[in-house]
Amino acid sequence: MITITELITTDFFLFALVAGLSLALIAGPLGSLIVWRRMSYFGDTLAHSALLGIAVGLITNSNPQMAIIISCLLVGILLVYLDKNPKISTDTVLGILAHSTLAIGVVILALTESVRVNLEAYLFGALLTINIIDLIWVIAIMLIVISTLYYFWNDFLSVTVHAELAKTEGINVERTHLFLVLLIALTIAVSMKIVGVLLITSLLIIPPAAARKFAQSPEKMAILASLIGSTAVVLGLFLAFYVNTPVGPTIVVVATILFLVLSVFTRAQKE
Amino acid sequence: MEASSAIRADSGKLLLSAKGISKTLADRHVLQNIDLEIQEGQIISLIGPNGAGKTTLVRVLLGLLTTDLGSIYHRPKLRIGYMPQQLMIESTLPITVRRFLQLATPSFHDRIDATLQQLEISQLAEQQLISVSGGELQRVLLARALLRNPHLLILDEPAQGVDIAGQAKLYALIGKIRNQNGCGVLMISHDLHLVMSSTDEVVCLNHHVCCHGKPDQVSTDPAFLELFGAQVSTNLAVYTHNHNHEHDITGEVKISES
Repeated sequence: MITITELITTDFFLFALVAGLSLALIAGPLGSLIVWRRMSYFGDTLAHSALLGIAVGLITNSNPQMAIIISCLLVGILLVYLDKNPKISTDTVLGILAHSTLAIGVVILALTESVRVNLEAYLFGALLTINIIDLIWVIAIMLIVISTLYYFWNDFLSVTVHAELAKTEGINVERTHLFLVLLIALTIAVSMKIVGVLLITSLLIIPPAAARKFAQSPEKMAILASLIGSTAVVLGLFLAFYVNTPVGPTIVVVATILFLVLSVFTRAQKE
Repeated sequence: MEASSAIRADSGKLLLSAKGISKTLADRHVLQNIDLEIQEGQIISLIGPNGAGKTTLVRVLLGLLTTDLGSIYHRPKLRIGYMPQQLMIESTLPITVRRFLQLATPSFHDRIDATLQQLEISQLAEQQLISVSGGELQRVLLARALLRNPHLLILDEPAQGVDIAGQAKLYALIGKIRNQNGCGVLMISHDLHLVMSSTDEVVCLNHHVCCHGKPDQVSTDPAFLELFGAQVSTNLAVYTHNHNHEHDITGEVKISES
């Protein structure tokens, strides 16, 4: 058996660890905003439609990472546009888009027989297959996301608390919302290899939910969520390696256990 | 109302004006051809029955809704302090009253304590916003509007959820703020009694402007009587606010100094 020291000095494990931690870091603030604004279904739809991006990327023979990013951004813009139309029920549209894009993506991938695609890797992630190029993508996008979140944090928060008050105070509410959706789209696009399209939203949402009861301010909740997410990534990665389970689902399982333990802990404290 | 137009012409500077505002929502003509002007230092009360379009008018004036017809003028660089009717805070969002007030932009953080003190809610500063009661929340929202150092305060039912004694105090406070800052005030109200004594002009709205003018003029206007009934008008004439003690925000009876 490989010792922990040997393990963390191997490239593939180190890449996986850094990529996972990058995602956990931004999942704190970004996931908190998603929870506060009740956008988890929105995130799910974006994530599922990313599979369509992969399929299109394969057909057009373009850079897969670029194809995913562009398709996620386009779907994000489409969703914001649909959301604005008062005649359309957002919930229904999200429900239709989330699963139809996923289904179309799977069908197209099955039809393109010339390329052998590991569908499971896209659905549940393949963190241990991450190479240096993937890692650079992840880190670059994460830096963009985290710095945008930091720079516009007050606007994001103000719009979340009361959009109309924010608007009368001079904040461009529509632009802020669009920015947030694009940040979620970018994050999902690069974290596909980390946890896969079916599990991304959970990694964005479980850590903030676990942090809620311990936080007295929005910023503390965001930071605490980042810490909980990071813990889930580290524990999940080691656990997956030693127990030989798929990494993405293992990380989500660990995050869920952390959420449950922390919930029980707060309840016990109250009593 | 000839008299009020004459007063308008020579008083203060124009903050906001609306001309010929019409708005249709879901096939209902909510607002029809509405004219309104607000000057510096002027308190205007917008009254009218439920569903008369008061909140819609305010939202149009604020630019939150577009108008179908007509035009709205805001004085250049006009800073508006808006107090919405209600605030729904997500239970998943932990935020203290102080942090909420810090969101006001441009915010003058060092003024938060002074503003809280002025509104007698200093004890709420570190409390979670979600645990603040209705009447207290109204004051927190007013504090946020005031923190912007506004030229114009727009208040949507500021006294909602506040008890009668508290309401009289709140209106007195709004009058005091106007005197101190010289800002204009536009407020929506249901309670005719209290509004009548604390406003410069009343605009009576029922999809269109039924009547407007000084409170005593409006309360005898046939259109007003038709809308609210003669009974209300008579009550207004004899109404005197009669209480001999005050409550502070926690509900405790305050011993008056005098």
